[in-house]
Amino acid sequence: MTQKIIRLSKLDKFYGEFQALSQINLDIQTGEFFSLLGPSGCGKTTLLRAIAGFETLSSGSLHIDGVSMDGVPANKRPTNMVFQSYAIFPHMSVAENIAYGLKARKLPKAEIKASVAEAINMVGLEGFDDRASHALSGGQRQRVALARALVLKPRVLLLDEPLSALDKKLREQMQSELRRLQRAVGITFVLVTHDQEEALTMSDRIAVMFDGKIEQVASPQILYGKPSNRKVAAFIGMMNFLDAKVLTTSGDNVEVEVQSLGKLTLPLAQATGGLNGCNSVGVRPEMLTILMGSQTSEREIEAEVTEVYYYGDMTYYDVKLPAKEDPITVTMRNTAGREVLEVGAKARVGWSTSSLLLLK
Amino acid sequence: MADFQKWRRSESAQGLFLISPTLGFALLLLAVPLIMVVALSFWTQDYLTLDRTFTTANYQTAWTEPMYQYLMARSLKISIFVTAVTVLVAYPVAYFISFHVAPKRKAMWIFLITIPFWTSYLMRIFLWKVILGYNGVINGTLTGLGIIDEPLSFILYNQNAVVITLAHAWIPFAILPIFVALERVDRSLIEAAEDLGDSGLRRFFRVTLPLSMPGVIAATIIVFIPTIGDYVTPRLVGGPNGLMISNMIELQFKKANNAPLGAALAISAMGIVTFFALVFLWMNRKYVRGPS
Repeated sequence: MTQKIIRLSKLDKFYGEFQALSQINLDIQTGEFFSLLGPSGCGKTTLLRAIAGFETLSSGSLHIDGVSMDGVPANKRPTNMVFQSYAIFPHMSVAENIAYGLKARKLPKAEIKASVAEAINMVGLEGFDDRASHALSGGQRQRVALARALVLKPRVLLLDEPLSALDKKLREQMQSELRRLQRAVGITFVLVTHDQEEALTMSDRIAVMFDGKIEQVASPQILYGKPSNRKVAAFIGMMNFLDAKVLTTSGDNVEVEVQSLGKLTLPLAQATGGLNGCNSVGVRPEMLTILMGSQTSEREIEAEVTEVYYYGDMTYYDVKLPAKEDPITVTMRNTAGREVLEVGAKARVGWSTSSLLLLK
Repeated sequence: MADFQKWRRSESAQGLFLISPTLGFALLLLAVPLIMVVALSFWTQDYLTLDRTFTTANYQTAWTEPMYQYLMARSLKISIFVTAVTVLVAYPVAYFISFHVAPKRKAMWIFLITIPFWTSYLMRIFLWKVILGYNGVINGTLTGLGIIDEPLSFILYNQNAVVITLAHAWIPFAILPIFVALERVDRSLIEAAEDLGDSGLRRFFRVTLPLSMPGVIAATIIVFIPTIGDYVTPRLVGGPNGLMISNMIELQFKKANNAPLGAALAISAMGIVTFFALVFLWMNRKYVRGPS
């Protein structure tokens, strides 16, 4: 049985005239790794801070563990936060930082000591107890911030872009470590990030936000495979868009006129956000194939290569379709025997109706 | 010669050249007089002539004579008191400006705090005399309201008056370093403290105050060092019981005609100030570095 640890309903947040959050309805399940994903300024951090208790709501309600958080200050909420800057206390050692919240709870000294040692172990900072915080690297500071929050055994751990300050290699290492940590402690994690790759690899579910609104809440696979609209589709991974016009619907099928591809019949299920207002067709670059020699595909279309990006394992082609001004992208794995085409070459692009999404 | 040419064009030579007017000024008007005072303190006044044989007799008198000990202790007591009052009053003001004034208004608030400096310090002392005096503003108001029958006499010409006048004069100097230190406190640290379960008062004492200690210590040094040797305030509002060591130093140099003893008292006072300044600096270093 899954339980809702966080319930947000009709949540609004105004800064003067500016609406930072509008009509947010969201349930987060107990024990899941949940991500708030969106471009900067979309309100994801504001939402996280509202859950933590650092922002007051203009209207709407917020329940954590079934208790209304209306008027409950941050220090009384069952949440703890890992700040973007980590907010490590500079006048305290690693151990003192981690013990901070336990001391605030006025626990006995021996208990604090044991919990701190356990937390230091958990994040792999053995031997760093007495290290001054200014003598720590970015990754170590991150671990201290994690340990400091997790040692309090919160119901929900809030993470505000915790990996954005780290270099690429360390970031990838911390991603898998965070995921492992979350499984080990079983605490609900709510992560704010603008990095779609980070959200996809780490999360159980993701909420995509634009302009203070939640556009879609789904698992990574659904978000990537069945985005509910063009905005989400463009933000998560790469997506080619073709203009489309809905002609008729009959039973479970819909007839559409698609730019360059012509008249098609698609199953209604491929209109992932509903048929209302659909005006384009989306197709992922890896769903298209550049056909070689005698290769065939369900459908194919003639195109001209306008740009080639060679990545070693992959090649990204920009190809121009007839009757479409902007080129679309096709990504091909460089398997044995596959030649890399040159700019200006004619190419047969293979596609299938099942990989098309009807989007608004 | 080539070396000299090279040195002349070096950065350190240019630096020395740039500071030379100030350096000359400081040497002439600070170092030379100081050396003279030190020399004087080891000599003896023999009515109208100076006996230039080396002696530590002046220091023995300065450190053993009860009257000088008493005056030195009183100076210390008054300046500690002034420093405590000043810092305690300045801190909330600095805190308010840093945490509760909109960022674009902060500069204006700091500007407003400097307004007392538009009036000369001497004028402000005389104004305090008008406020605290026997027929002054406070007594006039209190008798007028019928709260007291006779004017209070314990508010002017004693140590209280010295403390009030000095604290008022030094508060702006204390507000500035504390304000700067508070501005440098990362606000996310205070949020982190709240997030980790601390109430407002507890996070102030566990995070904000320790992190602003460099400012508090700077304010303490700025106020303590000048007030311990203050001369004009005790002279004008201190009365006989409010006199401090500097007034005694003046007395020795002039009326008592014992400049060497005055010099020994002055150097002793400097030594004590230096000791306290070093203690404050050591404390500051401890807070700036954090735990090692």
